[in-house]
Amino acid sequence: MLTLGLVLVITSIVALGMGAYHIPSGDILTMLLQKLHLGSARSVADMQEDVLFEIRMPRLLLGLLVGAALGISGAAIQGIFRNPLAEPGLIGISSGASLFAVLIIAFETFLFTSLSTWMGYYLLAFGAFVGAGLTAFLVYRIASKNGRPNVTTMLLAGIAINAFAGALTGLMTYLSTEQQLRTITFWMLGSLGGATWDNLTALAPFILIPVLILPFFGKSLNAFALGELQADLLGMRTDRVKRWVVILSTLAVGASVAVSGIIGFVGLIVPHTVRLMGGADHRFVLPGSLLLGALVLTLADVIARVVVAPIELPIGVITALLGTPVFLYILIKDK
Amino acid sequence: MLRVEKINYEVNGRKLLKDITFQVRKGEILAILGANGAGKSTLMGVLCGEKKPDSGAVHLNGKALLEYDPATLSKCRALLSQQQQMTLSFNVEEIVLMGRYPHYKNTPKEHDYKVVAETMELCGVSAFAERDFLSLSGGEQQRVHLARILAQIWDNPDSLLLLDEPISALDLHYQQKVLAIARALARKGFMVVLIVHDVNFAAMYADRILMLKNGRKLFHGTPVEVLAQKEIYTIFSVESNVIMNPRTLKPYVQLEEMNIDLE
Repeated sequence: MLTLGLVLVITSIVALGMGAYHIPSGDILTMLLQKLHLGSARSVADMQEDVLFEIRMPRLLLGLLVGAALGISGAAIQGIFRNPLAEPGLIGISSGASLFAVLIIAFETFLFTSLSTWMGYYLLAFGAFVGAGLTAFLVYRIASKNGRPNVTTMLLAGIAINAFAGALTGLMTYLSTEQQLRTITFWMLGSLGGATWDNLTALAPFILIPVLILPFFGKSLNAFALGELQADLLGMRTDRVKRWVVILSTLAVGASVAVSGIIGFVGLIVPHTVRLMGGADHRFVLPGSLLLGALVLTLADVIARVVVAPIELPIGVITALLGTPVFLYILIKDK
Repeated sequence: MLRVEKINYEVNGRKLLKDITFQVRKGEILAILGANGAGKSTLMGVLCGEKKPDSGAVHLNGKALLEYDPATLSKCRALLSQQQQMTLSFNVEEIVLMGRYPHYKNTPKEHDYKVVAETMELCGVSAFAERDFLSLSGGEQQRVHLARILAQIWDNPDSLLLLDEPISALDLHYQQKVLAIARALARKGFMVVLIVHDVNFAAMYADRILMLKNGRKLFHGTPVEVLAQKEIYTIFSVESNVIMNPRTLKPYVQLEEMNIDLE
């Protein structure tokens, strides 16, 4: 775990330097230390400082937060579904967010707001977050009897709601204009480009709180592996665990999707890889997925920024392109 | 003491348990016998808290099951189910250690490791400690689960041990061994409720036998009292001849062969 943390820190620093405008790592460290009032008086170019702190830093932090959110939520969802193929999208978060985002984009003119304004941007993010929450809530309620959620029903309800939301999204896409279509596409493919200090501070609590609480479910999720009956017999209060995992994952992933759009594969592959590294114990897998998720997304973002600089590729494309072969490799090796 | 009073359980209009009443004393092994569909697993479901009875109550050590908080109950009641589907791969020791979850908060103490070592030794799975659970055979996995649930209640001799067809997947040696373990625990004061299919295993290891038919308790008593030709036919619809084992003074049920003519 320590190695992961260390790699993450190093990668972060390097990532700060990479992009269309290159900043050497030495200068980065200097600037960071200066900001923390720890460094020397050596001066660096103003341009470097601006790029670092106004553009790169928030983007890096967003990438770390979103990656951590996706990673740990994926691991937790896999824990309650007892299935390594599960991921947060199963309970409808992504499709709900997409639907609401698309609705807002499509009805832009009715809302008298241009999406390029501050108001419009927040509306989009807020709508996506609300959409994620609503669909997850709907799926959860459908699957619950007397307040007790049934995991199999949740899976099936998630499939149904996902399909329905997807159909509505498809319909809206079909009815939209060229310009709207471009916006929709970019949103659906995900990007960390929208990172500013403002929306980062707005977002941070929604991600930090779940991400810091979820690791405490390690023991309960281990017991889940024995089956819910046995987990109950061990005193693990499975209903509570299911409820909280769904709520916390929805918060974290919903907030992530709201700011950075749909980024797939991270929630699925990161926990799997962590398990390959150190076993299935959730007390390791949860924090490990947090760190590896942050690392993977930071790396993916670097690639997105650098590969065809100065154009940025949508990060969802990168995660899917890289994620699929990794996933297939895992599947084949496991056979 | 386990007191089961007037349990009724219905699903979709079908009554699966009708007015079931019985007691299990400390240190007693009760075997539940019955044909398929007689209500044995349903009754086990009620005892382990999975199914809530429509009427009636279950009292464990003087307190109703519904009044217990999950944490306390987990230290005095454990269930070995028939089949446990596992998909995530833990190693054997990690699984048995999960049995100690009710006993420690974040890190297992030395005592927890000691208990785990003892139960693994007892169930013959110590050699598998580091192995991936999913790589074991069905019978071996069952023994690991047994080690786990024993570890769960090891410290508390007032506990109730529920065994739902625990030996179906095991070979002859371990079938006997599991029942011998149950009897050794009973001697220390544990209560054991056990579902078995083999009438003679019930005769050998149980202190009393409860026989169910169509959700109703038909016979309840010691093996000598209830294992007789007429009762066995009523419950199982098989012809038998019951003799007394001169050495153990317990009944031995000889089953008559069935004959079917395909013309």
